[in-house]
Amino acid sequence: MIAETGLAALWLAASLALLQLVLALVGLKGDKPDLLAAVRPAAVAQGVLTAIAFALLITLFMRSDMSVLLVATNSHSAKPWLYKFAGTWGNHEGSMLLWVTVMGVAGAAVALFERALRRDTHMATLGGQAAISLGFYAFLLFSSNPFARISPAPADGQGLNPLLQDPGLAFHPPTLYLGYVGLSVAFSFAIGALLTRQVDAAFARAMRPWVLGAWILLTLGITAGSYWAYYELGWGGWWFWDPVENASLMPWLAATALLHSVTVLATRDALRAWTVMLAVVAFSMSMVGTFLVRSGILTSVHAFAVDPERGSFILGLLALYIGGALALFGWRIGAVREGAPFELVSRETLLVVNNLLLTVILGLVLIGTLYPLMTEAFGHKVSVGAPYFDRIAGPIALALMIAMAVGPLVRWRRDQAKAVSKRLLAPLCIALLLFGLVSVLAWGRIGILPFLGLVVAGSVGVASLAPLWKRNLRRTPLFTYGMVIAHLGCAVSLGGMASDSAFTVEKLVAARPGDTIETAGWQIRLLQIQPLAGDNWTALQADMDVSRNGAPVTIHPQSRFFASPPTTTSEAALLTRWDGQLYVVLGEEVEGGRWQLRIWWKPFVTLIWLGGIMIALGGALALLGRERRGWLMKWRARAAA
Amino acid sequence: MKAKHQRLILALVALVALVGAGLLAASALKDEAAYFYAPGDVKAKGVEPGKAIRLGGMVVKGSLKRAPDGVTMSFDVTDGKATVPATFSGIAPDLFKEGSGVVAEGSFDEKGTFIATNLLAKHDERYMPRELEGMSYNETTHELQVEK
Repeated sequence: MIAETGLAALWLAASLALLQLVLALVGLKGDKPDLLAAVRPAAVAQGVLTAIAFALLITLFMRSDMSVLLVATNSHSAKPWLYKFAGTWGNHEGSMLLWVTVMGVAGAAVALFERALRRDTHMATLGGQAAISLGFYAFLLFSSNPFARISPAPADGQGLNPLLQDPGLAFHPPTLYLGYVGLSVAFSFAIGALLTRQVDAAFARAMRPWVLGAWILLTLGITAGSYWAYYELGWGGWWFWDPVENASLMPWLAATALLHSVTVLATRDALRAWTVMLAVVAFSMSMVGTFLVRSGILTSVHAFAVDPERGSFILGLLALYIGGALALFGWRIGAVREGAPFELVSRETLLVVNNLLLTVILGLVLIGTLYPLMTEAFGHKVSVGAPYFDRIAGPIALALMIAMAVGPLVRWRRDQAKAVSKRLLAPLCIALLLFGLVSVLAWGRIGILPFLGLVVAGSVGVASLAPLWKRNLRRTPLFTYGMVIAHLGCAVSLGGMASDSAFTVEKLVAARPGDTIETAGWQIRLLQIQPLAGDNWTALQADMDVSRNGAPVTIHPQSRFFASPPTTTSEAALLTRWDGQLYVVLGEEVEGGRWQLRIWWKPFVTLIWLGGIMIALGGALALLGRERRGWLMKWRARAAA
Repeated sequence: MKAKHQRLILALVALVALVGAGLLAASALKDEAAYFYAPGDVKAKGVEPGKAIRLGGMVVKGSLKRAPDGVTMSFDVTDGKATVPATFSGIAPDLFKEGSGVVAEGSFDEKGTFIATNLLAKHDERYMPRELEGMSYNETTHELQVEK
């Protein structure tokens, strides 16, 4: 009954979405903003129903109900409960249901909590959200039904890909999806504003928290995904320019650009058309990403069991929504008044530079990701990998970092070039100093990009603190702190990336128990290799004592074998110290009773993810600061009245 | 400065940036996108030593040998048209074995041996590097079959 109830909830939600769309259209057409009173409950009910459907699917997985096809093909009764739970979205149908659920809940949130938006725009936004949801309901119900039964029910399931049997799976995909799909709200806002021709500062202020929220979650999701790939895939790398990763990076780049342009629109009422365009692009990138991941059309290290058939369905949705939105944009944007002008030396210009660079990176990543697809259509098989992406994204990202350091030091609307250069003097001196220092320490030993990365990270890190210089720290608004912390986080993360690629020491040996390996100041002693059994796996585990001229710590890299499906994974041992991470992978046994060991010492690699968390934290502070200011103003107005 | 002029300047800057980015992408793609080679391509087109590429094919049966250091191995990669020797130092993926597909990242040395820095074998039974679609190793006849 559970599966049938879930399916019924989905059908009901889809019908409500249709109703919501029709009501919104009628309200807009007949100029009856009062219909909003009917549209809002529809959106809320839709959110509740999708949440119920998702909760029911989780129940089926927790109960290991093998009469449900999805559970039988992706779960196993002997799995630990956490992976039964997280396994709900570790497969195609479940993850699409999660997508639809997030979309429904986001729509409900817009219906419940959005107060600043004009009523007709609010209604048009909810109509837009219903229109996108409908396509994904159709996709789910007609081609990816998660609640389909199987008869006869198998005795047990086929299990979950062991690479996915990791606590990270419980956190990473839902966060990423919240971000991806959260951008659908920005998309719907843009559609709504185009329909009612309300593209102005008030609209931007209403849209900003939603963009900020989605962006924070995307940032966290990408950071978590990068760390997951780093420790679980056992290659010691933290970014592979894999299509699936690019699929998450592209919406993030667009959302970052949108976040900055929406601020220009909210503060200065400029960049109107561009902001609307970016809102369309950002969610389009989410959909393109889903298409790439779900169709299995591209080579990917984490292309887990994909189905090309469904690709065409998503491609159709993609064409419909992106094409539709762009057509609406072309049709209506002429009616949007020109925004406020600004001088060449102004923060607006710097933010335009930021947007331009982000868009360029986005375009280049998109080209690199799709290029193999285009050439394959002409019969050539090529793959585009890290060499391409590093070469194009590296230099532009460095330029972007510099613009990021300068931007907050320039005034809105108009500034004097002389005054700006004066404010930039201190960071510039530090950049020169760092340039000299890094040159002396590492010239010729490290590549040009890591070299520039270190210099830029250091000087931008200092420059990003400059907006707080000579300010009353207690009276500085919370969102300024948010900006400073997020920008500092970018510098911290860049520093980690540069340090990792410049200074990582790698050692590959075959060692016997009792041997001691010396590398990068560490003494690593292999004690023994012993078998071990877990809930649903067996493993060979190495016990090793590692020390840096001090008391040893024991670490345990493993090679794990899973019976269903039969797979071996490597569980790297990570030892985190303040100045870096020791990363040890156990290989196979070779002749002479020796075991392969791959050891890395990665100085300051943890800064990469620390920076990511800081960026998200900065976003959260900015969100909180803006909202709090809104509440305070309302409260004061009430007190005065 | 008039608003119109300023708009023009911004538009020009944007245009220059976009054209520049397009050129950058084109040149980078020209250099790097021929990134995937099968042994037959290597023989036909030639790959300069030191250029980072991906080499894909089947590991020839009986060619896999381990060096005394325990971490280096050598093997031959074939696509039925040509065969190239390769070496790899590191921990090979579990599903890397003779007669099975492999995509190796690395570059050729001066002598024409492919020095792999990374092996992308199948992560699990369901995963097949897409570049290798259409190639399979016939287990019974030990012959490489390439669909055309």
